Amino acid sequence: MKTYIQIKLFADLSVFTPPAADNYPIEAGTTVRRLLEDIPVSAEKVRLVFINNIKRDLDSTLQGGERVGIFPPIGGG
Amino acid sequence: MENKLVNEIRSYTTPKQFPDNTPYSSLPVEQVALLAGKYNVSGRHIEIEALQAGIVPERYARNLRTFSLQDQAVLLQSRVSVVGLGGLGGGVTEILARIGVGNLNLMDGDTFEDSNLNRQFLSTHMRLATPKAEAAAARVQSVNASVDVEAHIEFLDANNAAGLLAGSDVVVDCLDSLEFRFVLEAASKTAGIPLVSAAIAGVAGHVTTIFPEDPGLKLIYGERDRIPAKGAEASLGTLPPCVSILSALETSEVVKVLLKRGSLLRNRLLVVDLVDNTFEVLKLQ
Repeated sequence: MKTYIQIKLFADLSVFTPPAADNYPIEAGTTVRRLLEDIPVSAEKVRLVFINNIKRDLDSTLQGGERVGIFPPIGGG
Repeated sequence: MENKLVNEIRSYTTPKQFPDNTPYSSLPVEQVALLAGKYNVSGRHIEIEALQAGIVPERYARNLRTFSLQDQAVLLQSRVSVVGLGGLGGGVTEILARIGVGNLNLMDGDTFEDSNLNRQFLSTHMRLATPKAEAAAARVQSVNASVDVEAHIEFLDANNAAGLLAGSDVVVDCLDSLEFRFVLEAASKTAGIPLVSAAIAGVAGHVTTIFPEDPGLKLIYGERDRIPAKGAEASLGTLPPCVSILSALETSEVVKVLLKRGSLLRNRLLVVDLVDNTFEVLKLQ
């Protein structure tokens, strides 16, 4: 079943932001890992995954309606 | 001496009013310095005596009544270590000195270079090629001479960390290396000291507060043995609005830890991305 999520890619990952990031189509039940392959963003670059503001991992599933945040490591000061 | 000192402090006060017309007894900056010299103590000790006698050191008048006089005395009695004196550390040092944290322990083995000038408030043309720790100590002295300041021109590592952090009430991570953030966290945990940690890349950043018993940085970066040498800042640089915001957020957490008040970012991450004005608090566990 096709459904939609919101995606926010942070820092140097923002260049991979897809055009429909606020209304991005997915198949219900897909994982964050599959989502990253679809965008595409290398999972190697990803350090943190948030779904609805809670830390999750690459194998977490999405049902639609979620807000997904993706972070690379950042360490500057 | 105590009573004599309080009486003398009282003799130098003048009646004033807060902007909402509430009256108070004010002690000017100049008299704090004079009494500190006369009694051969730090200005903060004069200010603490004044606060305990219900007198407002005028330099902190605008901190008060968000802070009580007792709160201000607690800050003046506190020791905070700032590790790294670049973009984050320069902002953190400035704010902690002005708000009246009484004992600042500052460390950085680095010297200023041209590329620091875009964002590091302690860097100036005159200070290029001179130690950051020296500039930080001089800055504290010039904005709040009541503060006791210790400056260490050395980098923190696993061997010297315990000694450098000893006696701190809070440690502030203002480093620019993922590896040394973990070294600092380990040392802070061993010493039983809360750590406030921020990092930025480009116009994005995050800040968290880690108590010794909290999982801490591994919730953000993964296990220590898997971290890269540098993060996204290697390709994005470090922009001044973002570094200034994150340094201010770090000091806000420091003050809340010291005053045991407010909601802390323990096991949570406040993330900022100025590209679309994102400010969100994320749950790390």
